[in-house]
Amino acid sequence: MPSSSLPATSAQPILRAEGVTKRYPGTLALDGVDFNVYPGAVNVLIGENGAGKSTLMKMLAGVERPTSGRLLLNGEAVHLESPRDALARGIAIIYQELNLFPNLSVAENVFMARELTSRAGTVRHDEQEEVVRSLMARLEQDIQPATLVEDLRIGQQQLVEIARALAQEVSVLIMDEPTSALSTAEAEILLRLVEDLTAQGVAVIYISHKLDECLRIGDHFTVLRDGKLVAEAPAGDVTLDWIVETMAGRSQSELFPRSNHAIGAPLLEVRDLSLPRAHGDGFLVDRVTFTLRAGEIVGIYGLMGAGRTELLECLFGMQPFASGTVRVAGYELRGESIAERIQSGLAFVTEDRQKLGLVQSMSVAENITLASLRSMRRGLVLSRPKERERVGAMIRSLAIKARRPDQPVTSLSGGNQQKVVIARSLLTEPKVLLMDEPTRGIDIGAKADVFRIMCDLAREGVAVLFVSSELKEVVAMADRALVMARGRITADLPRELITESALGAAAVAA
Amino acid sequence: MMILRLRAYIALIVLVALFAVLSPSFLTTGNLIILTKQVAINAILGIGMTFVILGGGIDLSVGSIVGLCGMVAGWLIADGLVLPMFGIAIFFKVWIVMLLTALVGVGVGVVNGLLVTRFSVTPFIATLGTLYVARGAALLMSGGATFPDLAGHPSLKNTGFPTLGAGSALGLPYPIWVMVVLAAVSAFVARKTPFGRQVYAIGGNEKAAALAGVRVPRVKLLTYVISGFCAAVVGLIITSQLVAAHPATGGSFELNAIAVVVLGGTSLTGGRGTIGGTIIGAFVIGVLFNGMVLLGVSEFWQTVIKGAVIVVAVIVDQLQQRMQQAALAKTPT
Repeated sequence: MPSSSLPATSAQPILRAEGVTKRYPGTLALDGVDFNVYPGAVNVLIGENGAGKSTLMKMLAGVERPTSGRLLLNGEAVHLESPRDALARGIAIIYQELNLFPNLSVAENVFMARELTSRAGTVRHDEQEEVVRSLMARLEQDIQPATLVEDLRIGQQQLVEIARALAQEVSVLIMDEPTSALSTAEAEILLRLVEDLTAQGVAVIYISHKLDECLRIGDHFTVLRDGKLVAEAPAGDVTLDWIVETMAGRSQSELFPRSNHAIGAPLLEVRDLSLPRAHGDGFLVDRVTFTLRAGEIVGIYGLMGAGRTELLECLFGMQPFASGTVRVAGYELRGESIAERIQSGLAFVTEDRQKLGLVQSMSVAENITLASLRSMRRGLVLSRPKERERVGAMIRSLAIKARRPDQPVTSLSGGNQQKVVIARSLLTEPKVLLMDEPTRGIDIGAKADVFRIMCDLAREGVAVLFVSSELKEVVAMADRALVMARGRITADLPRELITESALGAAAVAA
Repeated sequence: MMILRLRAYIALIVLVALFAVLSPSFLTTGNLIILTKQVAINAILGIGMTFVILGGGIDLSVGSIVGLCGMVAGWLIADGLVLPMFGIAIFFKVWIVMLLTALVGVGVGVVNGLLVTRFSVTPFIATLGTLYVARGAALLMSGGATFPDLAGHPSLKNTGFPTLGAGSALGLPYPIWVMVVLAAVSAFVARKTPFGRQVYAIGGNEKAAALAGVRVPRVKLLTYVISGFCAAVVGLIITSQLVAAHPATGGSFELNAIAVVVLGGTSLTGGRGTIGGTIIGAFVIGVLFNGMVLLGVSEFWQTVIKGAVIVVAVIVDQLQQRMQQAALAKTPT
């Protein structure tokens, strides 16, 4: 693919980074990158974590300044002093992590720090709510402006974040993984909105690990690898295989490994597991019964709110009001604590890495050993050599890219942070591994590694239960698929019957 | 972490150098021993407080525990354990008195811990409550009066209590030894044991720690127990030094303890900090006070300067954290 192909739009770029280099002590994050952003187009930026996407976006949004090179806005060189400065020039960014105030209303969030005020300096709530109501209509959401953000589902919160960017005049809108927290239906709305914005002439910069999404809406593709521009192409020349190969130097078939190994004895037997809703009307998890065997990889598919996460939480002892029986390797759990469940052979990888997974103040090594400190002891004391050895082994076998085990875990990329959380679980030597959206928000290279890890574990006789919102993942990875809808299991499909349409149909079944 | 500690050391060295130049009597052995003996009180309280703060809590009750425990020790030595229904009073040997006193401190710590973990009262409120209750209990024990002359009687076999405050070994007073031993053990526990690691984890991200199988309530409760124990030890030391127990002893000690912890670089939000830092923090405060006394700075100015030093130290800390975070943010994702 020639990198000199003409862009999809014939227009001149509205925003252009020219030979931008960003050097940090010890790292070259960006190396002479040229990046064109075309107006009225979806400019897709692709690259693995660590490729330099975020650094580049931070520069465009005024958060960081380039070491060398320059930014051109409408053909004129600009210095973006701060995010506020960038915003004043019409460049807005929606970050991947939510930056909302859960204790404030939707309207207050949308107008945070730029409240509509009367002459007396008081906030004009009615007017703000009116604007938000029309924004929500545009986002096709039935969200009341006065609702507190903490009362919204995470997908809706993401949409509030997007509404916040839409509440102002923007000519360049940067969206960093905007759909990672959205349900399929919500993602659809967002994608339509993006088309809407581009039709109005807004330049959208779109970053997503969901490549099918990018292919669908992208007009212009730019691929970064290791801080360098590796390819630039208009939509017509781009295919999924091309993207995968360009960004990672590997082909799609290598993404999903499969191994054929024997399925063994039942390791997890769940009978009539139920979890009532907090307010007593109905169930979040409704009489769920299934069995998971050694060496089996079972995927749970379903829409947001189908009760998948709650099911895993019940199994792991995080829901005190769950009823039903759960046996792990034949041993029946009766109100055991999380610690006891870990000892009985359960392990859980959360979907919310930042809130529930990582201890941000600790190092990579300390995070990895946190769940198995008992086995790191010599006498009553933590044995440094034991820790070093086990951590080193984990870092190697999961291919965690860390310079040193004692570096802060927050200095790793998302994919590597996820591997740290997985490593913590694996170190407890689980018989049954529960994974909630194990590939959310991580790059394709890390995804491939996570899938490989799942396969390796299954081959060693671990039973793996993973929740995923991505049909392709379930189709490619699961030996058996359970589909949940409204708390119930609506389908239990053997490998040969798992298709995207079968999963999708069962997910909306009554 | 390394720089953080170095910075505290540097502050300490600067202060020592400053006072050494300004006052000829500062660097004398006699003065340094007096200074360290004073430091021991804040340092021991700070050690307990460090565990609580590392775990994301706060313990406002330590000053009152100091007072209460002092009164318990004074009462047991002066009046004995009075059992009205049998019409007798039991007098214990001094080491048993100390043990019982320590148990009282531990008991208050357990109450704090249970309030925080079992009843989900925020640490600030829970320990504010026990601050008042323990102080009130101390006053009730004697009706507000002092237990004087706690030397004990040979006939009751309870002599020797003043030794803890007045005695010494290898030229160093016992309170200093107590501080050294507690500091060493605590630093070891914090760094080298699963318990210590779990305290850091809870302070860093309590939910993640719970999901990793850390028994959060148990670990948190233990931090308050340690703090209560340390406060009891301080109560014993002070009572022994004065050879008398007064119910108002220890008033506002909790603020000193929090100050030395914060000065030592421990984050009030939990998860970051060291015992070593706390000890250094206690010395910074101690040297500052001692030096100002030697220089004849008025007591009122001492208080002003202490407050300023604490705030400046925290500002420096924040600056440094911001720099660290900036460095982190610069790591490409």
